[in-house]
Amino acid sequence: MWFFVARRILYAVPILLGVSLVVFVLMKMVPGDAADIMIPPEAPKEVADMIRARFGLDQPMHIQYLRWLQAMASGDLGTSIFTNQPVAQELFSALGNTFKIALPAVFLGFSLGVLLGALAAYYNGTWLDKLFSGVAIAGVSLPHYWVGMVMVAIFAVVLNILPGQGMGPEGFPSSWEHIKHYVLPVITLSLIPMGIISRLVRANVLEIRSMEFVTALQAKGLKGRRVLLHIMKNAAPSALALMGLQFGYLLGGSILVETVFNWPGSGSLLNLAIFRRDIPVLSATILVLATIFVVINIVVDVLQALIDPRIRR
Amino acid sequence: MSLQDTIAVPSAADAVRRAEAGKGYWTRVRERLLADRVTLTVMILLACIVFMVVAAPLFATHDPSASSVFARLKSPGYKGHWLGTDEVGRDLWSRILYGGRLSLLCGVAPVTLAVLIGGSLGLVAGYSGGIVNSLIMRSMDVLYAFPSILLAIAICGMLGSGLGNTILALTVTFIPPVVRIAETVTTQVRSAEFVEAARASGARPISIIRFHILNNVLGPILVYATSLISISIILAAGLSFLGLGVTPPDAEWGLMLNNLRQAIWVNPLVAALPGAMIFITSMCFNLVSDGLRTAMDVRI
Repeated sequence: MWFFVARRILYAVPILLGVSLVVFVLMKMVPGDAADIMIPPEAPKEVADMIRARFGLDQPMHIQYLRWLQAMASGDLGTSIFTNQPVAQELFSALGNTFKIALPAVFLGFSLGVLLGALAAYYNGTWLDKLFSGVAIAGVSLPHYWVGMVMVAIFAVVLNILPGQGMGPEGFPSSWEHIKHYVLPVITLSLIPMGIISRLVRANVLEIRSMEFVTALQAKGLKGRRVLLHIMKNAAPSALALMGLQFGYLLGGSILVETVFNWPGSGSLLNLAIFRRDIPVLSATILVLATIFVVINIVVDVLQALIDPRIRR
Repeated sequence: MSLQDTIAVPSAADAVRRAEAGKGYWTRVRERLLADRVTLTVMILLACIVFMVVAAPLFATHDPSASSVFARLKSPGYKGHWLGTDEVGRDLWSRILYGGRLSLLCGVAPVTLAVLIGGSLGLVAGYSGGIVNSLIMRSMDVLYAFPSILLAIAICGMLGSGLGNTILALTVTFIPPVVRIAETVTTQVRSAEFVEAARASGARPISIIRFHILNNVLGPILVYATSLISISIILAAGLSFLGLGVTPPDAEWGLMLNNLRQAIWVNPLVAALPGAMIFITSMCFNLVSDGLRTAMDVRI
């Protein structure tokens, strides 16, 4: 088991190097460099050269990459060229805010997805199956940013029972007044994981149900629901793995929903950085989000191997 | 006991007779699709949407960019605007038709490119194996390390907005999963007996790929690509919604949604319309993909 974990972590090193290279190349493909953004075009050339020298922009590319990588790896995520504040501080508080909606959303999506998927498979072929499968396929086809807008229109504009913008006061939500702000973004974010997980669970349950051990259980005289319990136990590892991946997708992909709800998370930070052309914030945010995604992947693999020993090859 | 007693081994003449009477794979796929009423209905609906959007000038009632200060955000039915007007008084029906052109283009073009590039890479990786395989698959792993929306946003955010960059960003995002499917199927088929037989009889790699492997890879890729189009439409509209995709004054469903965002406080029904089109179209592609999966008996 430890060997499996070690190998999995070692394997992530070249991946992360590749990720950093992709981000660096994208960063360098931006038209103009930091000096162009920071100083007016009519400034004398000496000033531009001085700034380039200060940021090491006059060095050859591979030196620039190594320096940048070294800084990132040591936790120095750079300084925003817009606010002149260190990126790390801003990024981690934003990430915290994204976690606060992504985590409940993935749990909600997972619970609903497993329920719908299992019920659809249990009632396979009936109208209930069609209904639940329809809900699942709508979940993956809905543009969730649009759902967010529609929910704001219904619950904030027409009914006026839930706030449609912002996350309320800082800190951990404890009162209903505070939790209210979380309801719409969490439901909106949970739609995609709900659809994807329920489709996977339905397909898996149907596949496992045709296996021999299920026939044996039925021959033993076990009732339908008890058999379903055995089937679910076998379908759990892949559903859990998918839940982990979906959590990663939500962290990286919350930008659209955060824009709709004005949620001060990592997505909003990314959005702001793009429109301010704040390249240090942009590249650091993308790098950190991708790194988190890689780490989540490792955790998912290890957890899956813990549940199902057959995976530890 | 001989082999014939335990297992029913068909005689050669029998096999030939059955092959002649039987139907080809694609014939059976077509028959199964025609018998599937849901998929058939959805395909007809999709064909209607595509036709109306492509032939937008025939169906549009107004000039999609003609605005009017006096007719802003009117509800459906206002003075000949049967779907209402947008925030600068442009006819919503005409804009949805014209906007669909770009939305569909952003849905289909990246997937087509990704299938061509990713499919070839996957075939090469799967067929050659060894170091070529590792090289291709490990570089795909790097792109896999980005959650898909993030990669598209990173590319568009760094390179700037515009139709070309949107298509480029989505193509790069979709290549890795296509490569993975093509590689998996090719690796499975490569060691199958009929491929061994073809190789032993002196067939060149090109013709083995062309006649034996491509046929097996095509089904799964087609099913997956259809569902990718649905994702592509949602993501492309999402990029425009963020202001990273198609630039104004062009009409595109995501961009229209972005422009109408503030209008949700004034006229929610009108503001929700472009999003409904994104939903319906992407749902159609997903349902067609499901239908194809059943008809082609594909598992991915």
